[in-house]
Amino acid sequence: MNLKARLAIFAAIVVLAAIGGAIYVLRAEREQTHAAGLPPQVPVTVGDWASVATKPHIVFRNTATGTGYGQVALVPLDASDGPRTLTPASCDRVYATAQQAVCLFAKRAMVTTYHAQVLGPNWTPIRDLPLSGIPSRTRLSKDGSLVATTTFVHGHSYASPGEFSTETLVSKSDGSHTDNVESFTLNVDGTQITAEDRNIWGVTFADHDTFYATAASGKKTWLVRGSLSARALTALRPDAECPSLSPDGTRVAIKTRGNLPPGQWRIAVHDLRTGKSTLLAEARSVDDQIEWLDNTTVIYGLPRSGDGPAATDVWRAPADGTGTPTLLIRDAWSPAVIR
Amino acid sequence: MYLSLRDRPTAVGPKAAVPATVFLLGTVSLLTDISSEMVNAVLPLYLTAQIGLGLLAYGFIDGLYQGVSAFVRIAGGYAGDRLGRPKYIAAIGYAVSALCRIALLPAQTFAAISAVITADRLGKGVRTAPRDALIAASVPPSTLGRAFGVHRAMDTIGAALGPLAAFALLWWIPDSYDSIFVVSFVFGLIGVAVLILFVPNTRTSVAKERPRILRAAFTSSLRRPLIAFALLALLTVSDGFIYLSLQQRDAFAAAWFPLLFVGTNVAYLLLAVPLGRLADRVGRGRVLVGGHVALIGAYLLAGGPLTGLPSTVATVLLLGLFYAGTDGVLAALVSRIAAAEARGSAIAAAQTIVVIGRFAASLSFGALWTAVGRGPALLWMAAALTIALPLAAWLLREKEARTA
Repeated sequence: MNLKARLAIFAAIVVLAAIGGAIYVLRAEREQTHAAGLPPQVPVTVGDWASVATKPHIVFRNTATGTGYGQVALVPLDASDGPRTLTPASCDRVYATAQQAVCLFAKRAMVTTYHAQVLGPNWTPIRDLPLSGIPSRTRLSKDGSLVATTTFVHGHSYASPGEFSTETLVSKSDGSHTDNVESFTLNVDGTQITAEDRNIWGVTFADHDTFYATAASGKKTWLVRGSLSARALTALRPDAECPSLSPDGTRVAIKTRGNLPPGQWRIAVHDLRTGKSTLLAEARSVDDQIEWLDNTTVIYGLPRSGDGPAATDVWRAPADGTGTPTLLIRDAWSPAVIR
Repeated sequence: MYLSLRDRPTAVGPKAAVPATVFLLGTVSLLTDISSEMVNAVLPLYLTAQIGLGLLAYGFIDGLYQGVSAFVRIAGGYAGDRLGRPKYIAAIGYAVSALCRIALLPAQTFAAISAVITADRLGKGVRTAPRDALIAASVPPSTLGRAFGVHRAMDTIGAALGPLAAFALLWWIPDSYDSIFVVSFVFGLIGVAVLILFVPNTRTSVAKERPRILRAAFTSSLRRPLIAFALLALLTVSDGFIYLSLQQRDAFAAAWFPLLFVGTNVAYLLLAVPLGRLADRVGRGRVLVGGHVALIGAYLLAGGPLTGLPSTVATVLLLGLFYAGTDGVLAALVSRIAAAEARGSAIAAAQTIVVIGRFAASLSFGALWTAVGRGPALLWMAAALTIALPLAAWLLREKEARTA
């Protein structure tokens, strides 16, 4: 083939590829603008969140396409399939108590930055919490005085990619003090684990001092009980991630791997008094920090297949391993129950 | 020893122009790196925020890189030599990676994404050594260092532009990761087109029997440099650890973390050509040793008592100097010694030794960090490298002298 022919083919490829790419991107842009302007795809009311909040309710991230996508919404506990009330706050992950909420979000720009904010009763930011890396999990203590955030800090290098590390911070929500849980001592069956690759994530608070979390080193994970005053973590059982303490404080819901391939988890409930674990009836893989609807039922987010990557629902399942999971809130993510 | 049948440059010596093949392959790498770094930059965000994968799942996918790439690298180099046409193998590698971008669109599950990322890494592993063999075959031995310097500089420019392009797109169309994958595919496709349409299909040798290639790839003249590479790689702490050390020492926000990578890359791309030329003039082995002196400097600065911004900037610049003095120079050095018919295999062997050696170094440095602490661990590594470097210099110098 002579140079002229090759140049012609090359020009054709460049032009076709550029036009094809441009059409795709412009259509994505148009669709997004269009979708954002559409009326919400689920029943929504706006503004009157205060009256919903007077009764027990669920706070979550609204993932229904249309206006209000990504905004925090509320539904009454006794009418979770009814209309949702949108708040003005937009969060990637949210957790709330009756007094305040914590909101993790990424600000997309040339350099994406990540933020954690404490939101007050009007869903307006009260203060920023320290945060580095991509936000992943957050929890408040029952009285709202402590906030835990997990982000992950990602290293990328020529010679050894694949290092990843979490940063889990416990802060006073008035901003007065922050502790990095990653530096606490970690005891597994009486042995101290000092490996550089250990990571801690997914905190759930029991009281002002005690919390539960996931510790990992190498390919192993453990459910650990932590003490803020002793700056120590003690392993309770292996193969457990993202614990969530039941309202009565007797059990934790966890994700567990068992023999599943990487990236898949079953949910189980671990009884802190007996040390026994029960797998729940949910057969699909759950990758979320579980929340308790009440002492007998857990709720969790699941991606909805077939509707694009961003479609998610919140499901519920009995905490004793019986029954079958049922859909609780459509187009929702990151639920928090406020009783 | 220089046996290219076509594309033989007429002018020889440092004044001769860098042949078009080098710029074309540099362009292919630039476009491909824009393509791959666009995806790499948003992958953590995509997996966690969009697909909703947890931390360990992400770590698993990210870790796929390690073994996969090292294994197929040698296969790619060898296949290029066996065929005597490295371009075909390189084209397959580039094409596979380009197709992987578009394959990310339907891949929505952990298993599917893992498979696509693995295929991409396979493509990257396969193409590297044949591409370097093509570069080596297009220039006379006296300008190998400069040719690889030009290529690596262009490659690094692409690596710097990719993340910028990706985040600009995300800024414009929030959460539209699909758009990023499509644009990334467009860049990858054009890169493959440049390779297939314009890069000469240089015959590096007539197809050879397997034993001949293997014997040629591991001739005694290569054995000593390979031992030197292994020795040095075992004492090369990954830059990730050095950045982490700087961050812990000065406690700056992780938001600034990416700037360390950017700083190193800028220093690398600015210095790649000058150091390549220097390598042609004073010997590749010497520049390689000099690059490791810069690395010792980086260890001392990152682990020593000096703190603050000047020390951090100097550390980053020294790391860039280290990469500029080692990455392309290593390929040039091996290309110089290896017989043309086994060049791909020899380059692949050298690069694989370096990858495995550095992986082992990361593991052992992690343990050392835990045992003696951040600063002392780096100072220990500096001491070990200072002791090992004269030995490596001796192993390398003799080779350079005999074949010069």
